[in-house]
Amino acid sequence: MAEINMVTAINQALAELLASDPRVVLLGEDIGVNGGVFRVTEGLYERFGRDRVMDTPLAESGILGAAIGMAVGGLRPIAEIQFMGFLYPGLDQLISHAGRIRHRSLGALSVPMVVRIPYGGGIRAPEQHADSAEAYLVHTPGLKVVVPSTPYDAKGLLYAALAQDSPVAFLEPIRLYRLGRMEVPEGPYQVPIGPSRVAREGRDLSLFAWGAMVPLALACAEEIAREDGAEVEVVDLRTLAPVDVEGIGRSVRKTGRAVVVHEAPMTGGVGAEVVATINETAFWWLKAPVARVTGFDLPYPPYAWEEFYLPGSKRLLKALRETLRE
Amino acid sequence: METWPIYRVMGPDANDEDRVPDPVKVKIYEDMVLLRTFDEKTITLQRQGRVGTFPPSIGQEASEIASAHALSKEDWLAPSYRDHGALYVHGVPFENVILFAMGKASSISGQVRALPTSIPIATHLPHAVGLAWAARRQGEAVVAMAYFGDGGTSEGDFHEALNFAGVLKAPVIFFCQNNGWAISVPVRWQTASPTLAQKALAYGVHGQRVDGNDALAVYQAVKAARERALAGEGPTLIEALTYRLGPHTTADDPSRYRPLEEWEVWRQRDPLVRLGRYLAERGLLSEAEQAAIQERARAWINRAVEAAEATPPVDPTAMFRYLYAEPPPRLLAQMQALQEEIG
Ligand SMILES: Cc1ncc(C[n+]2csc(CCOP(=O)(O)OP(=O)(O)O)c2C)c(N)n1
Ligand SMILES: [Mg+2]
Repeated sequence: MAEINMVTAINQALAELLASDPRVVLLGEDIGVNGGVFRVTEGLYERFGRDRVMDTPLAESGILGAAIGMAVGGLRPIAEIQFMGFLYPGLDQLISHAGRIRHRSLGALSVPMVVRIPYGGGIRAPEQHADSAEAYLVHTPGLKVVVPSTPYDAKGLLYAALAQDSPVAFLEPIRLYRLGRMEVPEGPYQVPIGPSRVAREGRDLSLFAWGAMVPLALACAEEIAREDGAEVEVVDLRTLAPVDVEGIGRSVRKTGRAVVVHEAPMTGGVGAEVVATINETAFWWLKAPVARVTGFDLPYPPYAWEEFYLPGSKRLLKALRETLRE
Repeated sequence: METWPIYRVMGPDANDEDRVPDPVKVKIYEDMVLLRTFDEKTITLQRQGRVGTFPPSIGQEASEIASAHALSKEDWLAPSYRDHGALYVHGVPFENVILFAMGKASSISGQVRALPTSIPIATHLPHAVGLAWAARRQGEAVVAMAYFGDGGTSEGDFHEALNFAGVLKAPVIFFCQNNGWAISVPVRWQTASPTLAQKALAYGVHGQRVDGNDALAVYQAVKAARERALAGEGPTLIEALTYRLGPHTTADDPSRYRPLEEWEVWRQRDPLVRLGRYLAERGLLSEAEQAAIQERARAWINRAVEAAEATPPVDPTAMFRYLYAEPPPRLLAQMQALQEEIG
């Protein structure tokens, strides 16, 4: 089995899906001839042609609205939004339509589409190229939201996303695109949408993370094991909507302590949803208040401030130690 | 059928006279040289890791610079990410542009009448309509001008803004630089419409095509649009036909999508060479004087880079400073936590 990075894993899944299912079409800005600004769709235009891998006009509402129509009409569109910060002109389509058409048609129509969205910071990008806006999507009924943190999960979640009968937002952590390789099988396999993944077992504290925060969480867990002799369980949520209520409860009932970490601003972030879920499923097992470690309640700053904005090991270790001490 | 001729002032295909005052012509040339020098320098800095991703405007200097020279400093500018040249003319020093490229500063500075550069394409066009309307309501004899690209005309906000402006007869200019490409997407994949200017027609807005590499045509077209707007005759959509000779940004590789032959053709139409030749032919600026201007520009830009690089590292908590006039308690607590974190 070949060791590949996340970009190659997604590219491979897209190529296999295009080859095996004639209903699959890709659409987005610069995804064809240019192979996408992150090269995720590299080579697909040459192989499958312009009718299957479409360079669209520069119009996010058009891309997502057309994808909705294609999905209702029998195709399996996979749309790309170039950066999460450019999703907003198309957000209306996801909120007003993609998430609602099944409901409003009383189940007569469905919208089986996938929206791939590179997101997150840490790469010294220009302004407004580093947003983590998952909360807007998670707050949209009818929409599923997944975030892989490994090449293996990226491919398997993409297969699972396309097999859904509902729209799925597929968030790709830009910082992890080329950060490490692992064995990824060729051919189809699914990582189910819903269940979280225990990335590291532990008995003393549950640390919930997703996307680019997962490697940070794992590194901090190792340091706590080394320095403090405590075992942190790292739970990679992978699916943010519908969130793994059972998995969150199970882990916290075991450890009695929890921390949740995300890049996005704190207020109204998905971390709040995780904390509420802990409250509902493991309150009587808690030995300490649940802590949130997040970006600040600010627009993502220019990149000279990035290292101060993003949760790093210092901020996370402090929260872990305080929560373990209680 | 309406035709959409290309407005030209310089060269054998000129269809209007040159009415640009000589000192303005020279100033436009100087600023175009400065912009070219700045862009070349900044590309080098980016390769050396001294600044972040940067969008050069090489090839578009006539459109960038001459358009802004046709405005008054009281006019409002709503620029895009590639418009540091226009911002410079309007009053943002290049030192600031370098700091911005270093991720250390805002795209605007001081009291300049401009919005921060718009990164989400075309989302600022409605702002220009609002600014123009506000100015009119308050009795100010000023216009607002929005800068954007060919790709921007595909966004809904472009159409909403034009329609709004038409209905309100707002004193606004939509300055579209059609540089042939939106990253890797050619204009013919952007729209089935033969020109961008004609999109104005449906909104009852005046539309005009201009040779965007003819600095004097750009200047006169914007001046005329401005006068029309101030006379209460409504908005104008200007399509400036130009070409991005460089990459979309320093992170882009145009050889992946753009035919070299096309680039060769446009390189022959370099707006800087063209204006230089025009000024030399008319005895307004000799070749030796032009060389001296280029030399001065290099020295000046090098000093600006030195000054920008000599600025101290950013104050980490400065990012909390401006979000609210009165920061809410939780935000202040977050700032304090950061202060403790960094010690
Ligand atoms: C809403 C939005 N979608 C996508 C992008 C990503 N993007 C940045 S520049 C660009 C192409 C813009 O082309 P054009 O409007 O022609 O302007 P040019 O860069 O050629 O000056 C794209 C797709 C963006 N910045 N904003
Ligand atoms: Mg363009």
